[in-house]
Order: sequence, then structure tokens, then C-alpha cells
Amino acid sequence: MAGRTLYEKIWEEHLVAASPGEPAVIYIDLHLVHEVTSPQAFDGLRLNGRSVRRPDRTLATADHNVPTDSLSVPVSDPVSRRQLEALDENCQEFGITLFPRGHENQGIVHVIGPELGVTQPGMTIVCGDSHTSTHGALGALAFGIGTSEVEHVLATQTLPQQRAKTLAMNVEGRAPEGVSAKDIALAVVAKLGTGGGAGYVVEYRGEAIRDLSMEGRMTLCNMSIEAGARAGVVAVDDTTIDYLRGRPGVPSGDAFEDAARRWREFVSDEDATFDHVVTLRAEELAPFVTWGTNPAQVVALTGVVPGPDDYSDPDVASTTQRSLSYMGLTPGTPIKEIPVDVVFIGSCTNSRIEDLRAAAAVARGHHVANSVRALVVPGSHRVKTQAETEGLDQIFLDAGFEWREPGCSMCLGMNPDQLTSGQRSASTSNRNFEGRQGRGGRTHLVSPVVAAATAILGRFATPDEVDA
Amino acid sequence: MRAVRVIQGRAVPMERSDVDTDQIIPSNWLKRVERTGFGRGLFSEWRDDANFVLNDARFAGATILIAGPRFGTGSSREHAVWALMDYGFDAIIAPSFGDIFRNNSSKQGLVIAELATTDVEELMEYVRNHPSDMVVVDVESGLVEVPTTGWQRNFVLDPMTRERLLNGWDDIDLTLRHAEDITVYEVSSRAPTLRGLFDRAGHVIAH
Repeated sequence: MAGRTLYEKIWEEHLVAASPGEPAVIYIDLHLVHEVTSPQAFDGLRLNGRSVRRPDRTLATADHNVPTDSLSVPVSDPVSRRQLEALDENCQEFGITLFPRGHENQGIVHVIGPELGVTQPGMTIVCGDSHTSTHGALGALAFGIGTSEVEHVLATQTLPQQRAKTLAMNVEGRAPEGVSAKDIALAVVAKLGTGGGAGYVVEYRGEAIRDLSMEGRMTLCNMSIEAGARAGVVAVDDTTIDYLRGRPGVPSGDAFEDAARRWREFVSDEDATFDHVVTLRAEELAPFVTWGTNPAQVVALTGVVPGPDDYSDPDVASTTQRSLSYMGLTPGTPIKEIPVDVVFIGSCTNSRIEDLRAAAAVARGHHVANSVRALVVPGSHRVKTQAETEGLDQIFLDAGFEWREPGCSMCLGMNPDQLTSGQRSASTSNRNFEGRQGRGGRTHLVSPVVAAATAILGRFATPDEVDA
Repeated sequence: MRAVRVIQGRAVPMERSDVDTDQIIPSNWLKRVERTGFGRGLFSEWRDDANFVLNDARFAGATILIAGPRFGTGSSREHAVWALMDYGFDAIIAPSFGDIFRNNSSKQGLVIAELATTDVEELMEYVRNHPSDMVVVDVESGLVEVPTTGWQRNFVLDPMTRERLLNGWDDIDLTLRHAEDITVYEVSSRAPTLRGLFDRAGHVIAH
């Protein structure tokens, strides 16, 4: 038998029905739910007299629109409040475990799954959120779905799916010092383009991927969708097993070792073939930043803002012109001379404890520039508590950063944390789309260490400049 | 879902690539718990611009949107589909689409017609010069046509999406034909559940 890829192993293990001429029906092991993409799905269930088939495979949290300032203040926006109440009522009615605002397990849906150990290798995981690809870091097949599909999974615990093509994204060699998982993710999106991954499940492979911590792999898999791929996966290895050991959702003792043995099967066979192979050299990577309005518009921090003349394709040239005009940038401007107004450290891409440690190490003993407003929004209550135990909150506060409650916050501007028109941000999130962080806001995507250095110097900067 | 066989209407050309779902419906609209009324939010960040094509009176009432490559990338929000349909669009023609958007559209009966880039450009050019001419998107025959000139191009829908559109079938009903298979699968599944992990208040139960 020909070797199988990791994706093919998970796919075949989850086939419920496969009839010729029809999409396969695959089983969903875990369905994560949040307030924004679920209310209409629950309404659909009620309308059709259906129930939730497996509440024990469904887990909900409030993350997208929750305010991240003081928990003692009620949610002031009545529309947001109503949506959060709807989630409470729906979870109550259908028997689903919910972590509401302020709960010890609450947080961004893609942060809490892995940290609670409910995301495990070989599982199929869906959520009404495109960054569900994050969970693929643990060797799970995880992808985002729309509200109709949320309703479908609630009702049947399955989804009709076409089998995806497979793409091997090899990142060979070792990344230079100062290059983080976020920089690899930005390089991948730039390499594939915003549509290059469409129809594929991306498997990240190679030495630079093996070198990444589990949280770094989450950052990388998180942004698969920015290259158009619904899912990204990394094969299980010691890093995966070590990360899972001791987490609430995994067994302990001998049962853990048994589970670990089974998890180790979730790697691509050596003779497996991929439909498409793309290679990056890690040695050539550097700290990156996006300059435009889609996440494939990436340049090194040491570079300059590109211009339409840099591209021969007329479509790309006109897109570049449009992006520059929205971003208020002039071609040829050195990136490090661009001042920023706001720095946001957070989101399902970069709000985990390692991200906060890395940013705090840069900020320690320095102060945010007078012209900058800087926010740190931990990904979950558990991350926040851990950071406070380590004293990271005090480092950030001493340096002039705001220290917030967990949530999606300024990543998508659904809660009060938004850019105003014309404001420029350095953001550790995943999308620099027009208006993403607030109407007229200008977003540049960066890693946590670049975000921290930028906050201190008031312009795009790398950490080495802070201590210089 | 309502059945869709043939869409016949005027078209509007949107000459932009990478129109992501954040542009189609900005996030401030996502707080609503209803499925209706999103048409007012469609492209709302662009609608103030007098030069925006949806503000061009010649294209008012168009039911077919023609756009550049990678339409509907980004966020999984089905609200984008609800907004396009609520505004009055029945079909989108573009060289390529975001995967999740394409899926969401198929669940709601918004027809996605993918044509080659040059064909999309040709059609845009024609529509720009003949805004009152009808364009036809035929789900049954898989054709995009301009009846006035006889211009025709094929587009491909996966067979199941085509059947579902033509018959207005509910996806969940289709899957529930496999209800027995699902039950059989569940009996042998080794994947862990959340049972016994959290108490009623969502706290981890210590073991």
C-alpha cells in the first residue's frame, strides 16, 4: 500500500459514509462554538425541531465581542450584550458546556482548545471561525466553517466534505536568531499568495518546523487560511506529546502513554506523496511586516515600502496602488521610518504565554513611546493568570502597556478596542484587511517581539534596536 | 433552501481582486443574532464613496455581481452570503473564490460561477458598456450567457452542489439519510469526548 499523508490518515479514520457522486460524510470529534457564528445555527435547530446530537463533543466560549477592560463593568453595547446572552441561553437549552466572560477557562477559542488538552492529535475539529486551522499544530485536522455548517454539525456531528488536495510546505534549514514562528507564517503566506493554498490541506514540514515549540506551530498553522488553505497540520513528535502531558483533557499515567503511542501514528509516511510541494529556506527568513491590505503583502523590516512599478503583473500593480493609497504609504519609504499610533499584542495568532514572555523580555526596563498606545490582551484566563504569576503583567504595566482581560479584542474590532480612521497599528494578529481593526484603520502584521520593540521606539523596530 | 435553476438579470462589474469577507460585511455587523437585514451592511465601508460601483445608477437593481480573483477570502462569516443575498444578488461570477465562502454560498443558494480570468474580464468589459443587457447564469446547463450577443461560457459546479441548488435540498436532511452510519461510527470511535471533564459550571473536575 502506498504511504499516506497525515491528512489522509485522519480523513480515512473519520469517514462515516462515502457514496459515488456525493461528498463524503466525515465525523467531527470536537465542535468549538462562540457567540458570533452560532446564534443563527441554534435558531435553525429550534425552527426544525432538532437537538444537539453530541453536547459532549461541543464546547463553547465567549471571545469575539467581549470587552477586555474591567470585568466589573457590564457589557455596555446592547447588541453585543444580546449576542452574549443568546450564547448563554443556547448553551443552557442544549446542554453545552460554556465558558462565559470572566470564567476561569474562558479565552479565545483557538487558545483554550490546546491549553485544556481537548485538542488532541488525530482528531477532527471544527469551529465557525476561519482560524480553526490553529489546532492543526497538534496533528489534528481542524478547519473553519460557516453558520450553516455549524448547524449541520450541531445536528449530526458530521459534515459533508470533498477530500482536499495535499500541499507539503517544507521549511528547510534553521531560522536565524530573531526570526519567530510569525515571521515564518508571513513568509509562507507571501510565498503561496492569498489564494495559493485554496483547496489544499497544508502540512508544514522541515527542520525549521521541527524546531518550533508547540505554541509556535499554532501561530504558523493559524495563518494557513491567509494563504487560502482551510487547514494546516504539523506531524506529531516529542514536542506535541510533551505539550499535552498533564493537561486537563488528556489521560494520566499509563493511559497517557497508551494515548501517546497512538498519537505518534499521526505523521505522514515516509513514502507518502503530496499533490504539491513548496520549499522555503529558513536561513533566508528575517523579521517581517505586512505593508498592504492583504497578508501576502510582506516585506522585511529592513526593507522599504514597495511600489506598483516593482510588479510586472498589471493586476498586482493596481492592487499595490490601491493598498498603498489605503495605507497612506509612499513607495521607497524605509519600513523602520514609519511611525505607529497603536500596538496590539494579542489574538489567536500570538496571545499565548510564550508570546507574552517574548514581548515582555523586550519591554522590560523600557517605556512605550509617548505617541503610542499599546495593549496586551492575553489569549485566555489561564494565560493571563500564568503571566501574572511570572510577573509579566507588571513588566508591561511598568513599561506603559495596558494589561487586559482575554478576548479577540482589536484583532477584528468587534469590541470597543478599535483603531480610529487613519490610525496605524503594529499588530500581532492575522489580518491587515481594510477596516479590519476599525474603520479606516491601517494594520501592519508583525511578531510579538517586533510589536514590543515598535511600541517602545514609536516606529517599526526590531528588538536589537531597543537595547542599542 | 430555495431551489435555483436559472438566474437572469443585469450584472454589476466590481473590478477588485481579494475582496475579503471583512469588506463584504464589516465586523460591526456581526453582533446581530438574526439572519436577515444584512443587506444594509453590504460593502458598508465602501458605500460612502460616490464612485463605488454599487452607487452607479446604471447598475442599480443588478442581481449578478462580477468580481476579480479570490472573492470571499478570509473570515468564515456566513453573514457575507446573507448580506449579498439580502441586498439582492443571486449569483457571483469571478475567476476564483475563498473556499469557506464558496461552501457557505452553496448552503444558502447563492450561485457561484467560476470562469477563467480572461472570460471574467471580457464579461466585465461588456457589462460596463451595456449595463442594461441581461446576463444569464444557468445552474442546470452550467452556462453563463449574454443572450443579446450569444456570448457563452461553461462553469463547473460539483455534482452535489448542483443537485442541491436545483432541488433546494436541505443539507442536514441529506446527511440524515446516513443516520444509521453515524450511529455505527460512534460506537467504534476512539476519539475522546468531554464527558466527565467539566462540572455544570464549566470548572475542570479534578481526578
